[in-house]
Amino acid sequence: MDKTIRFRLNGNEVSVTTSPERMLLWVLRTDLEHTGTKYGCGEGYCGTCTVLVDGQPERSCQFPLANVEGKSVLTIEGLSHGGKLHPLQQAFADLGALQCGYCTPGMILAAYALLLRKPNPTEAEIADALEGNLCRCGAYNRIIAAVRQASGALKMKVVDREAL
Amino acid sequence: MKPSKIDKPAPKLKLKLKAQPRIKDDEYTMYGPDDPSGRTTLERRDFLKLAGGGLVVFFTAGDVLDAQIGGARGPDGGYPDDPNAYLKVGADGRVTCFTGKIEMGQGIITSLAMMLAEELDVPLASVDMVMGDTALCPYDAGTFGSRTTKYFGPPMRQAAAEARGLLIRLAAAKLGSPEDALETKDGAVFAAKTPSKKIPYADLVGGKRIEVRLEKKPPIKAIAKHSVSGRPTPRTDARAKVTGEAKFAGDIRYPGMLYAAILRPPAHGASFKSAETSAAEKVAGVKIVRDGDLVAVLHEKPDVAAAALTLVKPEFEPSPSKLDNGNIFAHLKEVSADSDVVVESGNLEEGAKLAAKTIERSYFAHYVAHAPSEPHTAVVRVEGDKAEVWASTQSPFRAQQAVAQALGLPQENVRVRTPFVGCGFGGKNQGGQIVEAARLAKLSGKPVQVAWTRTEEFFNDSFRPAATYDIRAGLDAANKIVLWDYKNYHAGSRSSQPVYDIPHKRVLAFGGGFAGGGGVRVHPFATGAWRGPGSNTNIFATECHIDIMAQEAGLDPLAFRLANLADARMKKVVQAAADKFGRTFAKAPSTRGYGVAITDYLNSYVAAMAEVEVDKAKGTVRVLRVVCAQDMGECINPDGARMQIEGCITMGLGYCLAEEIRFKDGRVLTENYDSYDVPRFSWLPKIETVIVDNPDLAPQGCGEPAVTVMGALVANAIHDAIGVRLFTLPMTPARIKEALANK
Repeated sequence: MDKTIRFRLNGNEVSVTTSPERMLLWVLRTDLEHTGTKYGCGEGYCGTCTVLVDGQPERSCQFPLANVEGKSVLTIEGLSHGGKLHPLQQAFADLGALQCGYCTPGMILAAYALLLRKPNPTEAEIADALEGNLCRCGAYNRIIAAVRQASGALKMKVVDREAL
Repeated sequence: MKPSKIDKPAPKLKLKLKAQPRIKDDEYTMYGPDDPSGRTTLERRDFLKLAGGGLVVFFTAGDVLDAQIGGARGPDGGYPDDPNAYLKVGADGRVTCFTGKIEMGQGIITSLAMMLAEELDVPLASVDMVMGDTALCPYDAGTFGSRTTKYFGPPMRQAAAEARGLLIRLAAAKLGSPEDALETKDGAVFAAKTPSKKIPYADLVGGKRIEVRLEKKPPIKAIAKHSVSGRPTPRTDARAKVTGEAKFAGDIRYPGMLYAAILRPPAHGASFKSAETSAAEKVAGVKIVRDGDLVAVLHEKPDVAAAALTLVKPEFEPSPSKLDNGNIFAHLKEVSADSDVVVESGNLEEGAKLAAKTIERSYFAHYVAHAPSEPHTAVVRVEGDKAEVWASTQSPFRAQQAVAQALGLPQENVRVRTPFVGCGFGGKNQGGQIVEAARLAKLSGKPVQVAWTRTEEFFNDSFRPAATYDIRAGLDAANKIVLWDYKNYHAGSRSSQPVYDIPHKRVLAFGGGFAGGGGVRVHPFATGAWRGPGSNTNIFATECHIDIMAQEAGLDPLAFRLANLADARMKKVVQAAADKFGRTFAKAPSTRGYGVAITDYLNSYVAAMAEVEVDKAKGTVRVLRVVCAQDMGECINPDGARMQIEGCITMGLGYCLAEEIRFKDGRVLTENYDSYDVPRFSWLPKIETVIVDNPDLAPQGCGEPAVTVMGALVANAIHDAIGVRLFTLPMTPARIKEALANK
């Protein structure tokens, strides 16, 4: 049975009328045309589809739409503002922390969630927090460096409030 | 660079600048060209801004087609020699590079643009890349084998050099200066003695084809004069990829497009009998399409299509396959009647007589999946006698042919476009999903997207083949290798020629290569190229065997290798790695866990050294550090090259330690990342790369070479650590514990 679900997507109020049992990933990609969030494995193993729900990293392929009612969802499209990259995005670009770029949105959002709760993580803490995000191209070393660099240049606070 | 002396100034030369329909340089669309909402049609500048102002894969629409003849081939069927096939200078001065190659993470979107910018003397930021579009780009067999820089680079450079020479000629006529008094810089031709006397390229051609040819091809620029090429340069697609703007095939939308969920057999070889679809048909909006054994559920939401597919009740015949991980190697030997001689020199009997010690071993490697980040995806729209295809593919022209064949259309009526591709590693040479989408689009009359699920990806993949090896090698009294008798079954022959100086050797390759074939049903499922195809496992077997011989010789593995190498270039690369590694090797097992492995991968030379730690109780291996030196000739983008080497090392850990397709009776038991373990952050060693400078050698490949040494590198380091040798890839905890128990 279809239902209207209302939530905030990257700071904007949205409502979707569809089956609330559908997974957030497909609603984002299909109904809301936010294709930055990617399908990776469909079973929550790879982290590719990671988005933030009320600041927590979630696997959108395993997250029923019903559960975002009244909440704030942040996808990769919501991280940069006015054409200006978030420091984390900038660090990924500057340090070449990506190759094919397919896992990158989920990777950046998982890292973003880490920096929200731990603004200055060690390399080990970064690796630990991102353990569930797979990068088949093998850019892990540069991803760790990028997250470190972004945490050093942390200018996130303003953006955070806007996004969440 | 001075223009060729033959190209005399010709003030009265009639320049045939053929009139062309207006080219809509200012409009690009990121989705389907006919999206009625117009919401995704961006002004070019906005799009470039979004995508970082640098290079982007952009999708041209409309009559730009008339200006470019896609699929052009040279007289020998290879790359064409008309510069117009490779590049166009737009009315706005931006330069567009056309290449049938595709970007899947390997970074050629940056390095090809660097090569073009260098040769044409334009800023890198003014180069746009059109990649893998069969309507716009010159024909290309596909993006694989680390061949882009090596084989597409030279003709593109030559085209750019010629275009530059032509622009000088055009400028000479306009400026009234002799050609040899003109120079180029920043996208303009200027008089060397009066630089204010200049004319931008855009004013010379303004988006039109240059319909004039030079009598003689100008030489390409000397490396000493390079200012773009050879400098570490950040990826030009990074901005698009960190913002989520980068489009992959699954992000392409057509109005009215339906998503397909396709019925798969439970096992390879299980033929289709029937499917009861009435329950699925009751789902609102579902459309069932059947064509022989192709049964698909279509819906405007992909997840609804997938859910409805679970309601389909199919019947399949059981698979006749009786193969599994336990009996596969015996089977591979059994179906290996014919062999090719890869190399034969000297005389094996003579070698055996010279040998003071002979060492015989067998090696084994299991099937491995590509597991690309982005599963195989395609979108196809068929209208009348034309088909538009957007595909996650390494071979757009092969896809064009396959779609034309499947739909009964002339090839030129099929246009394949390739957006960003999320990994390939050889797996996307095969485009089963493209033909599926084409058939379903035709049958349904709607644009259709097929995006394999991860489980379909594991089922339909063309795996790296399981392979086995028998090696017999001999050492003389002076510890020189005098005999090398090498038999490889089904791996493919690449990198199976030893790099060592061996007087009596023979290398045989049994079976039809990594893609199977050879007239017998070798594998229970498809196999194919997997990053460094053939080489991964050939080098595993070869370099493990060399290590065993070093041990037999009583020498450390580095000294033994150097003593048996004659190739000075390889010795230099090995030394470069050793210098960076900075540790002294000792006769193995030293308990320190050091390993070494080297290769010549299609003339890119690699030497790697590693340090590992083994938990004997658990059988787990931790690779602590990998040093990798590589000589790939002239290096276009050193930062891009390092990224590829680092990626090779990280990805390579997977097939070393964990990746193995489990299968039984045609079924693929590893269906997702819970049962197929790929490298994660916690596996990451410290990686140090050394690019061995060799500008005198033309650029070689870089996407694959380093991945091929990983199996032997880690196996040798494990042996050095714990004194047991693993003969089977992957070296799982269970196999390590078993080897320890049998010690």
